[in-house]
Amino acid sequence: MSEIFGIPTQALFGQLLIGLINGSFYALLSLGLAVIFGLLNIINFAHGAQYMMGAFGAWFLLNKLGLGYWEALVIAPVLVGLTGIVIERTMLRRLYRLDHLYGLLLTFGLALIIQGLFRQEFGSTGLPYSIPKALEGGQNLGFMFLPNYRAWVIVFSLAVCLGTWYLIEKTKLGSYLRAATENPRLTQAFGINVPRMVTLTYGFGVALAALAGVMAAPIYSVNPLMGADLIIVVFAVVVIGGMGSIMGSIVTGFVLGLVEGLTKVFYPEASNTVIFIIMAIVLMIKPAGLFGTQK
Amino acid sequence: MLVRRAIQIAAAFALSAGFAQAQISDGVIKIGVMNDQSGTYADLAGPGSVAAARMAVEDFGAARKGMKVEILVADHQNKPEVGSSIARQWFDVDKVDVIVDVPTSSVVLAVNQIVKEKNKVLLVSTGATSDLTGKACTPNSIHWTYDTWSLANGTGSAIVKTGGNTWFFITADYAFGLALERDTEAVVLKNGGKVLGRVRAPFPSSDFSSFLLQAQASKAKIIGLANAGADTTNAIKQGAEFGIAKGGQQFAGLLVFLTDIRALGLDKAQGLLLTESFYWDLNDQTRAFSKRFAERYKGAMPTMAQAGVYSAVLHYLKAVEALKSDAPGDKVVAKMKELPTDDPIFGKGRVRQDGRKIHNMYLFEVKKPSESKGAWDFYKLRATIPAEQAFRPEKEGGCPLVK
Repeated sequence: MSEIFGIPTQALFGQLLIGLINGSFYALLSLGLAVIFGLLNIINFAHGAQYMMGAFGAWFLLNKLGLGYWEALVIAPVLVGLTGIVIERTMLRRLYRLDHLYGLLLTFGLALIIQGLFRQEFGSTGLPYSIPKALEGGQNLGFMFLPNYRAWVIVFSLAVCLGTWYLIEKTKLGSYLRAATENPRLTQAFGINVPRMVTLTYGFGVALAALAGVMAAPIYSVNPLMGADLIIVVFAVVVIGGMGSIMGSIVTGFVLGLVEGLTKVFYPEASNTVIFIIMAIVLMIKPAGLFGTQK
Repeated sequence: MLVRRAIQIAAAFALSAGFAQAQISDGVIKIGVMNDQSGTYADLAGPGSVAAARMAVEDFGAARKGMKVEILVADHQNKPEVGSSIARQWFDVDKVDVIVDVPTSSVVLAVNQIVKEKNKVLLVSTGATSDLTGKACTPNSIHWTYDTWSLANGTGSAIVKTGGNTWFFITADYAFGLALERDTEAVVLKNGGKVLGRVRAPFPSSDFSSFLLQAQASKAKIIGLANAGADTTNAIKQGAEFGIAKGGQQFAGLLVFLTDIRALGLDKAQGLLLTESFYWDLNDQTRAFSKRFAERYKGAMPTMAQAGVYSAVLHYLKAVEALKSDAPGDKVVAKMKELPTDDPIFGKGRVRQDGRKIHNMYLFEVKKPSESKGAWDFYKLRATIPAEQAFRPEKEGGCPLVK
């Protein structure tokens, strides 16, 4: 069997594929952050909590209403997105003219409150949630055993990411959104309801986080801190990719998943710091991020 | 976290004269429960340990005996530097006499040094590293509930003896995981097994798929999980997904708590072998205690960590009563070693010179969903490991206190 740096190439393929799976979550979450930042100029620190709410939403739908994974995949993001709309209408709206820092502080505070409430109610060890029947089992690829559910995660998140990119960059609705970001007053003068669009955009970004949460529920334990653990990494991904760049955040998410996967093979102890090391290097060389443009 | 959340809740128990208060420092016995109140270890110890400490104070009858006891609580967030600064503040400012519980081996080792320096008392229930009664032992600390050696001895040897003789370790990369791996490896080798490989996972981790893949590639029969809490449940959950069992491999959960089984669900946890020093459904005494505990703490059955806090605080108060004093720390600990222990948790036992509390350990197997009769009916007893064999022989630990 051929080897690269003492690791059999087959094992390496397996690790790369796993990196890609983790990358799907990074991509999906950083995409939501990028959409919100790009159009609202809000650094949404509550994103991790909203991801967690998505997972809890799935658990809740299953255990209280008997609705399974597929229903949850649609319903949970909509419900969590609605809570996002309420937050935007009642709180975030007041902060648009102020410094970024205010939005960051507000959403960070909200995240702590939401996590605290869930922890109070459900404890910190988490709740069980099973993989849907149709996606149980897996395929033996020769170099690794790929669970069907993980394959689904890659395919589905890639589709959602590209769909979102297309929506914002290539459609008429997307062009309205981008115009509203560029010059809200002028856009409003053309008869477009900018405030409503901004509200819906935030709701959409939050729904993306919740969608990632539903997808994560069968893999990780559904627990109140699941978002807090992940969100810091996702912010690093966004910083590396460049704040506000849609394609940038998708590509960076997947690539960093791969980098992390490789680190787990060669030097596992560093696997949760490698992304931050890359972030530091990128900030030194290209402060606006790999895909960002200086404003 | 940016925000430091040190919650301090003080509960004072009845004031009255009578007891020799002059010799109790500041007239009040202050017990500091330090643990993870909000993170990955919060359910297995956390607020439940505080509830257990309160029960011990009440059951001891502190108020009736005229002893004034106060309980303080702090969240060390699993960080040694946070734990150290809380300990210093407790001793220097709040005049705390004894610190109990303290999960997370890296934190408890740091606190251990401060307790010795200030000549106070440390009663460890959740913290696991067997170094506490080995090279890090002090005349001020007692390791109460279990340790990495006893877990390795229980689960490790049972598995090797039933044919699980090749191992791969997935280890939490800090003091606890490393100690658990070391102690288990020794047991595996002693029983004629082999260790084929190991991987050190950052603590805490949520995704174990990469490490599981490495474990699969090793072809070891047993994948030893030298980790705890959410790390363990995530590894087992994801192991099911990656077909670990179908590939003929088996997990050995080296430290699994009752709350972890609840988080996993019996369908994923069934058949798992684990070692604990306490289970609510062992006998009438444990059942009665657990029922009372559940009434006070969200209907949950106590983990061995929480039950251990009760047992430790109860024995501490007995020693203080006998000594008529709560200081200095080494005197109190010496008294605790002198008095035999007896409580509903562990029955009769004793504390050794190296600071090791001695009692039975139990090897359990997780029930199948069909065998479970209720919400917390998770284990069936496979073997009882008698007290004198359950822990590392006193002479082998390298504790300087043992002559």
